[in-house]
Amino acid sequence: MSERKGFFTDTSVCIGCKACEVACKEWNQVPADPQGLTGNSYDNSGELGANRWRHVAFIEQKVSVGVEEAPPESFAREAARQSLVSDGLDPHEDADGFRWLMSSDVCKHCTEAGCLDACPTGALFRTEFGTVVVQPDICNGCGYCVVSCPFGVIDQREGDGRVWKCTMCYDRLKDDMEPACAQACPTDSIQFGDLDELRERAARRVERLHERGREEARLYGDSEDDGVGGFGAFFLLLDEPETYRLPPDPVVPTRRTPEVWAAALGAAAVLAGGVAASFLRGRR
Amino acid sequence: MNPKGGEASMVPRERPTTYYGRPIVKRPVWKPEIPLYFFFGGLAGASANLATAATFAGRPRLARRAWAGAFVGVTVSPVLLIRDLGRPKRFLYMLRVIKITSPMSLGAWILAANGGATTLAAGLNLLAPRRRAGLPEIGAALVGAPLATYTAALITNSAIPAWSEARLEMPFVFASSAAASAAGAALLTVPGEETEPARALGIAAVVVEEAASRIMLKRLGPLASAYEEDEAGKADKVARALSAAGAVALVAGGKRGSDGSRGARRARGRRAAKHPAAPGGDPARRAITAAGGALLLAGAVCKRWAVFKAGFASAADPDQTIDLQRDRMAAERRPGA
Ligand code: SF4
Repeated sequence: MSERKGFFTDTSVCIGCKACEVACKEWNQVPADPQGLTGNSYDNSGELGANRWRHVAFIEQKVSVGVEEAPPESFAREAARQSLVSDGLDPHEDADGFRWLMSSDVCKHCTEAGCLDACPTGALFRTEFGTVVVQPDICNGCGYCVVSCPFGVIDQREGDGRVWKCTMCYDRLKDDMEPACAQACPTDSIQFGDLDELRERAARRVERLHERGREEARLYGDSEDDGVGGFGAFFLLLDEPETYRLPPDPVVPTRRTPEVWAAALGAAAVLAGGVAASFLRGRR
Repeated sequence: MNPKGGEASMVPRERPTTYYGRPIVKRPVWKPEIPLYFFFGGLAGASANLATAATFAGRPRLARRAWAGAFVGVTVSPVLLIRDLGRPKRFLYMLRVIKITSPMSLGAWILAANGGATTLAAGLNLLAPRRRAGLPEIGAALVGAPLATYTAALITNSAIPAWSEARLEMPFVFASSAAASAAGAALLTVPGEETEPARALGIAAVVVEEAASRIMLKRLGPLASAYEEDEAGKADKVARALSAAGAVALVAGGKRGSDGSRGARRARGRRAAKHPAAPGGDPARRAITAAGGALLLAGAVCKRWAVFKAGFASAADPDQTIDLQRDRMAAERRPGA
């Protein structure tokens, strides 16, 4: 087995260009699914699903990035802007004490993957790169993975009946190439590599941002102690996860499976016992 | 915080925004075949138990009716399951693997095993009505009970908050609803002789189902709104009304001595000279009992529909996902909690 591969998506340098969405669609031949205008900022593609394996979120917030506090045309303002640029955060600034958050979402390739645990056919499997992939020639479209993913990632494709999601470009990985989205990303917001190394890199990045007073920066999914045993694709965020449509404390359903089966077996015993007991009366 | 509030909102906090109100977990892609399958699977599993118990108790007529119910349930079930698949022709791929982590996987095996045993047992009982309970009967009963309850495990072993958090109670709701269905079907076909145990089972099942549902909703706290509002809420009200009416009809249709067990037959024999009764008892009471059986069946269908729809409502509401996780995080941080 090779090193576990992963994505580190550093949303602090995302410029919202959607190159990842396009590259993913092109390389993986993911069908188009026009949504029309959503009215939700520049996001007209909604969320991850069967036909969208990378999705760029746009959030407009009335939160200052620290430039406008200084008087206009002052030296202090110029210094604040320079610091923003050197942190890579300048695309997030807008006028009137207003900031942008942009983030490219993707399947988390969970260490304990709900989709994989749920799959009754073996169509979902763990690759030699530690990623989670669906085999379309085996999936029978039962839909159980759809309700088992704590992130609402995998979904059934209309008219096709099977489920689809990010494969971390399994075909490219086998040829020693990086996934299409990471290659297309012009700012290195999407970084691909060995997961261990990415985690170290991410820790350094968040530390640097904290040193520069960007206390809101945080890693999401970098720890193996979380409810899914750590993400294979994790993130640096500038706000709470739910702002980006990410669950704050995801837990794989399988952690509860022992309780689930115990309750089902207990109820089955009560059912059998109750039926037998209904014969006691009237029998003499 | 859930606007309807509740005990779970003990921890005061600023509510983080959602992403344009978009759901976090995906809505199920399952069609109406799935809740119908929950009903028929429950009917099949509980009927197999009823039939086997009736065989042991020496009530062959009740056994035959219950086997018919079990056979119908176990024949319709795979049809519904296959119709729901995105690729129906690949149904058998379910039996490529066996996975304890997946109630869908184990369930497919349970259904297959119960289908075999029930078909065999029902066939043998048709050929030899006075047959003693053997391996097929016992097998069908043993796999039948989990067939009725694993479908609850199927939905609670998911990322949908209102389903997942009901994991301890839902199987009991399904078990009692299945018992009511089995009793209802048996009483519907030919009520009268030998059916007293089915009547008792039906009445008890409705009481237990109501109690289990109440406990479930109470423990769900704010998540219960998924079961109480909109389509799920309406279906649940209808389900409870139908089941309650069915139970009342079963009580009303009950009559001492209308039963065909040995004891009852003896009692009837003593009275027979004075009051020659129509075989199987009073036709009015039989009609009331049959109506009660039909009401129980209808109630069980509505109950599964309500539970099914509650999952959609819960998935569609990002606040349910966020509140559950935030409250859990806060509780874990609280010292001594
Ligand atoms: S994010 Fe969802 S689809 Fe991706 S591996 Fe985890 S459970 Fe599976």
